[in-house]
Amino acid sequence: MIYQTHAEAEDVSPPTPILALDGITKTFPGVKALSDVSLSLYPGQVTALVGENGAGKSTVVKILTGIYQPTEGRILVDGTETRFPTAQDAADAGITAIHQETVLFDELSVAENIFLGHAPRNRFGLIDWAAMARMSREILDGIGAEIDPGAKLRDLGIANKHLVAIARALSIDARVVIMDEPTAALSHKEIQELYELVEQLKGQGKAILFISHKFDEIFRIADNYTVFRDGQFVGEGKIADVTNDALVKLMVGREVANIFPARPPGRGDVVLEVENYNHPTEFADIGFCLRSGEILGFYGLVGAGRSEAMQALFGITRASGGTIRIDGQEVTIRATADAANNGIVYVPEDRGKQGAIIAMPIFQNITLPSLSRTSHNGFIRLAEEFKLARDFTERLDLRAASLDTKVESLSGGNQQKVVIAKWLATMPKIIILDEPTKGIDIGSKAAVHEFMAELAAEGLAIIMVSSEIPEVLGMSDRIIVMREGRIVAEVAHDDMTPETLVRHAAGIT
Amino acid sequence: MLKRLVTSREAILLGAIVVLLGLIATRFPAFVAPANLANVFNDTSPLILLALGQMVVILTKCIDLSVAANLALSGMVVSMLNVVAPGVPVPVILVVAVGLGTLMGMFNGLLVWKVSIPPIVVTLGTMTIYRGIIFLISNGKWVNSHEMSPAFKAFPRAAFLGLPVLSWIAIFAVIAFFVLMTRTTLGRAFYAVGGHPHAAVYAGINVGRTQFWAYTLSGALAGLTGYLWVSRYAVAYVDIAGGFELTVVAACVIGGISIAGGLGSVGGALLGALFLGVVSNALPVINVSPFWQLAISGGAIIIAVAFNAQANRTKGRVILKSAEHAA
Repeated sequence: MIYQTHAEAEDVSPPTPILALDGITKTFPGVKALSDVSLSLYPGQVTALVGENGAGKSTVVKILTGIYQPTEGRILVDGTETRFPTAQDAADAGITAIHQETVLFDELSVAENIFLGHAPRNRFGLIDWAAMARMSREILDGIGAEIDPGAKLRDLGIANKHLVAIARALSIDARVVIMDEPTAALSHKEIQELYELVEQLKGQGKAILFISHKFDEIFRIADNYTVFRDGQFVGEGKIADVTNDALVKLMVGREVANIFPARPPGRGDVVLEVENYNHPTEFADIGFCLRSGEILGFYGLVGAGRSEAMQALFGITRASGGTIRIDGQEVTIRATADAANNGIVYVPEDRGKQGAIIAMPIFQNITLPSLSRTSHNGFIRLAEEFKLARDFTERLDLRAASLDTKVESLSGGNQQKVVIAKWLATMPKIIILDEPTKGIDIGSKAAVHEFMAELAAEGLAIIMVSSEIPEVLGMSDRIIVMREGRIVAEVAHDDMTPETLVRHAAGIT
Repeated sequence: MLKRLVTSREAILLGAIVVLLGLIATRFPAFVAPANLANVFNDTSPLILLALGQMVVILTKCIDLSVAANLALSGMVVSMLNVVAPGVPVPVILVVAVGLGTLMGMFNGLLVWKVSIPPIVVTLGTMTIYRGIIFLISNGKWVNSHEMSPAFKAFPRAAFLGLPVLSWIAIFAVIAFFVLMTRTTLGRAFYAVGGHPHAAVYAGINVGRTQFWAYTLSGALAGLTGYLWVSRYAVAYVDIAGGFELTVVAACVIGGISIAGGLGSVGGALLGALFLGVVSNALPVINVSPFWQLAISGGAIIIAVAFNAQANRTKGRVILKSAEHAA
């Protein structure tokens, strides 16, 4: 052992990584989230982990912090194989993560948040509040944060909460700091301060794993990069040796594995026009038009404001201004009922949360938004209700023992069909599908795509919000790309390539 | 699959009531004589009425702790009205009681809907307020039997086709609520809101307004029961039906109405109320001490909740299996 270390010291190859993943595979029932990935973090260096949505970045973070256990593969700390059975074990090994959504306690003070779980004790074994306040002050000063350690966390702005999360990470005396999209909630000035902080941490010899979608910041602060794609390791190297384009290629360069239904481009009349559509905090200046028979793709990174804009169109949230015209007529949408009356339906992304009422039978789910048509003076006509439900379940080829079956006993694919049937039963003109195939198996995906093509052929206008590049490319007639709440590009059918989409979405110039 | 489970849960409850009656019959055959059973039903009618309202509220993920106070206040107001103006006919009394109860229910509903106060806090507050108002208007005095007009007292006891009016009102309410819950858009909305508020919003249902209507119904029934209660017992005072709101919630829980909302039926509420009615009527007959009566009622609630939890656990396994099939 000893001479080995000696030999390594003489070697010019990079130092032993503080933390390394070797051949890690993580499977969930039915899904392979990570397949044989590797990752090395070196002292005093920033490694950027790059990949599309769903590439497996979050899973890696969870494995590194002891929240998930790898199915196969080794975790090496200072070259020694180890395991993190719990989050505490990972923290003990000096690994700390600053998460995308900060996980802190609103009702506790800043100091308590920083030292929760490892508060300094006095000689009676009780919490040493004075020491805790002093140490908090030191850490906060160290990162240039002007925050009172005694302040309640909920009185802080988002940026300051983030700094508290960073202070907490530092209080553990971490050797490895994982930053999962740390700049997502920060302003320009705060981002600059974060960069300085990262430099400072580097100077202290800490290894930093930096996860970001923003290429400008990756090239600004990272030393190394590692690229994942669809849960697989595709490459790593020094940032200095790579170009923007090469990195984008690594990120998206794949065969389009899925086969999408061939369909003629939609060239119908304009059914929906949106102009200058605004929201105080979520999106601005949204404008586009949609033709009948057309599938309009909305691509962007998670959090680009696509779903938010669609939810406003559907009346879930209230836009602050803008014009919506349907068939040339200006309409006002204040509630979901307004949207439904105007022939707009929205199939939300999180079906478990927003789609079906799983404790209700199939037929009641399907007719829920259409009850005004199957009822008279508030009394439901059961025969009509069943007929409506049967029509649409047959059309979607939904197989269930009976329409009386509760939705909770259906498979994910069939639950998806119930939700789609529910919205089709309202006889819409415009249907907005938010991540229509997220989390469903490949067979069901193909069925949904097939069905979308059929609907478009029947003259329905479809907006498809999707973060999956193959799907967006395979299904759309046109693609609108959003970034940070604004439309940044409208990509015509002939210009659609993975690279264009990623460049626009990530803001690479 | 689950529908069968739910119906079987109601069947289990019905079976439990029958077994209970059978056990009592071995020692006191007279208890199961039709006339006595009719008495037990009549005695349970106020609980049935309140349980129906409570069921609707619980279905929408809320709770109404103010029902007993609402009942007492409505009862006190109509009693005092009867003392002041003995000539006021019963239909007017009924309208006043129901109207007053409805207003109190609407007040609860508005606080939940428009002010977004948690339902348990709202009704805990109004429960105290309504009781306080009774004290204010009555100065803590009782309205006794001799002060009430004969017509006022006679209404709930009047026999009609062999049953007292009180029983008929409960029967009618059960039928009306059955139709409401299974055949109307409002009934469907109650289930949708409790089963999944987010999804209900997406389906164009106003969650807050639906909860408001649930409280309004509960209040209306409490007001109606208020008059029936004071006239049947021929007395009104500050503390009548004190703590009865918990019996009402218990009846719903025993009847399989999920406290998490969205799951339950009129049949469940009816059976839950009848179960408690049989227990409370039978135990004194077979000489069980009042202390044990409470313990037995409490035990029934725990067993019912355990049943629900068990049913939920089975539900989890079913989902996994179908997910495996799909994968």
